[in-house]
Order: sequence, then C-alpha cells, then structure tokens
Amino acid sequence: MFRTLTAGAALALMLAGGGAFAATEAGQTQDVAFSFEGPFGRYDRLQLQRGLQVYTEVCSGCHGLEHVPLRSLSEPGGPALPEDQVRAYAEQFDIFDPALDDTRPRTPNDHFPQSMLENAPDLSLMAKARAGFHGPYGTGLSQLFNGIGGPEHLYSILVGYTGEEKEEAGTVFYENTAFSTGWIAMPPPLADGLVEYADGHANDMHSLAEDVSAFLMWAAEPQMMARKQAGLTAVVFLSVLAVLLYLTNKRIWANVKGDKTRRPA
Amino acid sequence: MAGIPHDHYEPRTAGEKWLARRLPIVGLLYDTLMIPTPKNLNWMWIWGIVLTFCLALQIVTGIVLAMHYTPQVNMAFASIEHIMRNVNGGHMIRYLHMNGASLFFFAVYLHIFRGLYYGSYKSPREVTWIIGMLIYVLMMATAFMGYVLPWGQMSFWGATVITGLFGAIPGIGDALQTWLLGGPAVDNATLNRFFSLHYLLPFVIAGLVMVHIWAFHTTGNNNPTGVEVRRASKQEAERDTVPFWPYFVIKDLFALAVILAVFFAIVGFMPNYLGHPDNYIPANPLVTPAHIVPEWYFLPFYAILRAFTGDVWVVQLVQFLSFGIIDAKFFGVLAMFGAIVVMALAPWLDTSSVRSGRYRPMFKWWFALLVVDFIVLMWVGAMPAEGIYTWISLIASTYWFAYFLVILPLLGVIEKPLPQPATIEEDFNAHHAAPAGRSGSPAAQPAE
Repeated sequence: MFRTLTAGAALALMLAGGGAFAATEAGQTQDVAFSFEGPFGRYDRLQLQRGLQVYTEVCSGCHGLEHVPLRSLSEPGGPALPEDQVRAYAEQFDIFDPALDDTRPRTPNDHFPQSMLENAPDLSLMAKARAGFHGPYGTGLSQLFNGIGGPEHLYSILVGYTGEEKEEAGTVFYENTAFSTGWIAMPPPLADGLVEYADGHANDMHSLAEDVSAFLMWAAEPQMMARKQAGLTAVVFLSVLAVLLYLTNKRIWANVKGDKTRRPA
Repeated sequence: MAGIPHDHYEPRTAGEKWLARRLPIVGLLYDTLMIPTPKNLNWMWIWGIVLTFCLALQIVTGIVLAMHYTPQVNMAFASIEHIMRNVNGGHMIRYLHMNGASLFFFAVYLHIFRGLYYGSYKSPREVTWIIGMLIYVLMMATAFMGYVLPWGQMSFWGATVITGLFGAIPGIGDALQTWLLGGPAVDNATLNRFFSLHYLLPFVIAGLVMVHIWAFHTTGNNNPTGVEVRRASKQEAERDTVPFWPYFVIKDLFALAVILAVFFAIVGFMPNYLGHPDNYIPANPLVTPAHIVPEWYFLPFYAILRAFTGDVWVVQLVQFLSFGIIDAKFFGVLAMFGAIVVMALAPWLDTSSVRSGRYRPMFKWWFALLVVDFIVLMWVGAMPAEGIYTWISLIASTYWFAYFLVILPLLGVIEKPLPQPATIEEDFNAHHAAPAGRSGSPAAQPAE
C-alpha cells in the first residue's frame, strides 16, 4: 500500500510544484530549442557573445544588470571573452567612486550599470523571475519535458508584438501576445537587421531575440554549467554507492532471511 | 536503555574501564547503535535516517550561507546574488539548502503518514508522537522564516500574510503582531529577528530529535504488524529483532543513497522547479504580487486556512455563539492550527486496540482517503480561492477534521479487526523462507 502512496506523494509533489504557479499563467510562451536545456545542455559561447552585443546595443539603453559582475564575462561557462576585451568593454561605462569623489571608468571588478530608466526593470534575474515558468495550466510539464522556462518567455515577449498600440493616461502601451495583461509599456525593441554581427550570423528579429534571451539566461544563472556538472557527478557517484550498498545489504540480511545461496561462508 | 533485553557494553581494556567509570559515553553509543530492532521493518521505516540527514544538511549548508549572507533589507537580496555568483560553490550550497527544505518536508510527511497508518502513535509511544509533532511545528516555523531571508517578493508578502494571522487573534492580535514584527509592518527589524531565529531553531530541533530517539528507544520501535517484541527473555527477544547495526544502518543508507541520487538530480538539473519565480524579484512593499502562494509544503494547511470563509454556516454559527469574537478570519487561523492539533491528539482519539492498519479492514480505506485528502488540499492550496476551489477546499478540510475527530474514535468501536500474527518472528518468516540452523525456530512454531 505504501509503495503506491509514496509514488502518489511524489506525483502530488510534482503537481503541487507546478500547481503553485497556475494562477500566474502568462500569455502565450513559445518553445525555443535552446542549447542549454536538459541535464547535458551547455551555453553556446558564441551565442552568448552575440547576445551580449544585442544587450549592449539595444537593451542597455534602458535596462541594467546590476547584480552581474563585469569580470564574469571572461569566466568559463559564459561568453568567456578575453580579459583585455572585458577591460575595454567595462571602460565604456562610468561609475561614481566615493573614494575619488568623482566618476571613473568601470573595471572588470565593477558590476554592469543599473537601469537607466526608472520604469525599466533590472534584467539580472529576469530569466528566472518571469512567470510562464510553469505552464501549461500550472502543471509544470512544459518545464519538465520541453524545458520551457524564463528564456522562452523573454524570447516570446521580444517577438510577440502585434503592432497595435493604445494610449492610457499618457502612457503608450503595445499589444504583446506573450505579456500577462496583453499590453506592455516597452516599445518593440528589436527589428530585422537592427544589430550587425561581426561574424555575419543571421540577424533577423527572431535570431536577435534568441541570442539575447540566451545571454539573459546566462546573466541570471552564470554557474549553470558548473551546477549541472556537479549534479551529474553526484548522481553517478550516488548511483554507484547505492548499488554497492544494495549488495552489502543483501549479503548482511542473507543470514537472517535464510537465503542459503547468498549466505557468507 | 531499551526495555528489550539485549547485551550491554562491557569495558574490557584498562583504558575503557577508566573512561567508563568517569563517563559511560561508549556504553551509551553502543546501546544506541546496537538497539534490538524488529526485523520485519519495511521500507517505510527509512525516513528517520533521511530526516536526520536533512537536518544535518540544512545546518551545515546553512552555517556556510550565514557566513556570506547580510540580514539587512537593502543588502539581503544582493547578498544572495553574491553567494550565487561570487562565493566558491555558493550556488550549489544555496540550491542544496533551498531544495533540502523540500526533501525535509517530503520525508517528514511520509514519516508522519507511516506513523498514522501503522499506529505508531498509540500507547506506549504517545510521547514520541507528541515530540515528533513539536519537531514538525518547529520545522514549519524555521522553513517559513528561512524563506523570508532572501527578501524577494514572495519572502516579503509571505511574511506579511502569515504574521497577519496573529493579528486576527481577538484583543491582543494587533499588539502581538507588532511585537512579532518589531514594528508596524514587515521591515528590517523583522528580517533581523527571523534570521536570528532561523539560525537558532534548527538546534532546538536537533535537541528534540535526540529526545524523540530516546523516547522510541525506550519503548522500542513499532513495526508493520504493530505486535510488540517479546521481552520475557533475551533469547525470545532475539527471535523478533536484529541489532540496528549493521542490519538497519546499511539498509537505511542504501535507501538514503537512492533518495539522494534523485535529490541531486533535482538540485543539479532543475533547482528552481519547486520554488516560486517571483522570489527572484526584490521585495517591494508597494507592489503586491497577483497571487501570494506559500511553498508547496505549506499548501495543505494554507488551504485549510482559506477554506473557512464567512459564507460557511459553521463559521457563522461560531461567530454568533461567541458574540462575534471568533470571526471568519480568526476561525480560519484556529482551523489551520487545529488541523495540526487534532493530528497531535491522534493517540487519544484513536480508540482501536489494534495498532497496525494492516489488520484494520475499514481503517485502511479511511486512511487511504486521508492521504488523497492531503494531496487534494495541497493542490487546492495553490489554486486561487474562487469558484469551485472554495468548495473543494471546504470539503477536503472538513474530511481532515472528520478523520481525526469522528472516524478514528468510531472505527475502534464498530470495526472488527483481522487476526494479527502472534509474534514478529511469525510475520517475518511468513515473508521470508525460515533460516536453516542458527536462529532455529521454523515459521510454524506456535506462539507462547
């Protein structure tokens, strides 16, 4: 009886984990086959570099990444830019230094600047903070089986504009199929060919959206590859340990259970 | 220590004798580890080890996290990101701690329902049960306060909602809530005291765990038959039991390794699956999230809290009879805490003389329904309190109380239990071929 109950409890846990988010169902989130999905998924270094370019040329006009240290751009498991490039990249942003009582160019030890616009949310954790995480209908199955999550939601927002606009109390809202209320204050940020990649990679709107969503996922979870590596090592180690303990257990109990073939001499 | 006769530690060398005369700690450890344990324990008896591991895991990871965390409203959220990004292995330690809480509650629920099914709460194990319930309540308090520390949106609003429950107490409510929060609203003072208590309570739990173990080592373990170990002589006791080491230590460690393999897969591959995405948004007292939902392990009791609205006639009746002192809000709070209290009172509400549900044909089905009920409550607790969900949560909450207050007392009177095995040995041998030679008696041996 308890075997079924345990399985039931595990199922309930899974559903409750998803169920907790049923209420925060967002608009329509499209699936994107990102390279970092699944237990063996990895960030695509070149994609993150392209995403950084889109972020710098487009998003950073309004948004910030206040929790992300600039030096992490050169760390493994991310865009992994050479250190001199990161230093040059950091210098384009000024920061107020209380010790100098003046502004100075940022160094890799500083963080990305904060949002420029008061109403533009910080993007450091956006890929983990956005609803749409646990669809469809709060079951959590999309996330479990298709890996649909935050970056897919960001992508869907970026490509979800219908072109309709409306004005309410002096603010212009743009219709967006992926946004929870259907109308978003952010004007459509991307267009075909808006950013020119040095390596000539496709730069239509969908490619740009995909690249910058991947970059924002990295910004939210820079240690993802190290984490998956650690998880895999732990699972393999524990599986081997479990097999050894199973055999030990069997042998120890053989005497008590009267299993003659397995009893130690 | 145990009432079951068994060999005790005898110091042999001069050094051992010297220590034993001054501090009999080796003997205490020996008796604890070698305690005679019913040999028919099934796989539902592994959760104790899992829970002990969880407590150790949470304390160890928590101490490391506390070294890098800052309990200050303007810095708490950023300090968590500092742990996630800059501290060596910090992301793993934090995800272990986050998901460790889920494993802790997953295990404790199975542990509690194990006890409810096999009648582990019945005489003479009432004290073990009550201490277990105290541990469970402290676990909830600790987990709740820990969830506030990252100072995300759900942290802040969860704290606001839950401390608001104390404000519903008539008369002293407002004063009590202000005293708990350290101010008129959830703020820096709240964060500081929650951090302090979140660090303290696990050690109180650890102390209670020792008393919990002490209590059931005194009575002896329950077992799937609910039949007591024979204690007339050491020989008899040995036919019903095996020493905890190595038999159950190895068995439990095997189970723990399997469970941890799953646990590490969740931590490594989907660490945020059980969490709420809104907690990655910094706390903002000016913006209320659309839906404030507690962590999954609080959902059943959250559902009971919300189930009793002013539309329910029982609530209206109570409000009328108490001259309005117990309004709908306070009724909900009483129901939520009452749901745990009735569970704690199970030893005195259950009138059946048979311990194990295995030999209780009617109880079995009511118990299965209780498990379903718990899962339904968990699901409905995550749903918005509107439409059909209010009815589902009301029915499910009512069954929770009916099970403890009506069904358990009645079943003992009307139910005709099945025959129980006379001894644990008989049950064990019925499941396994009788060992030839050493431990003697075949399955058919009649009980004395």
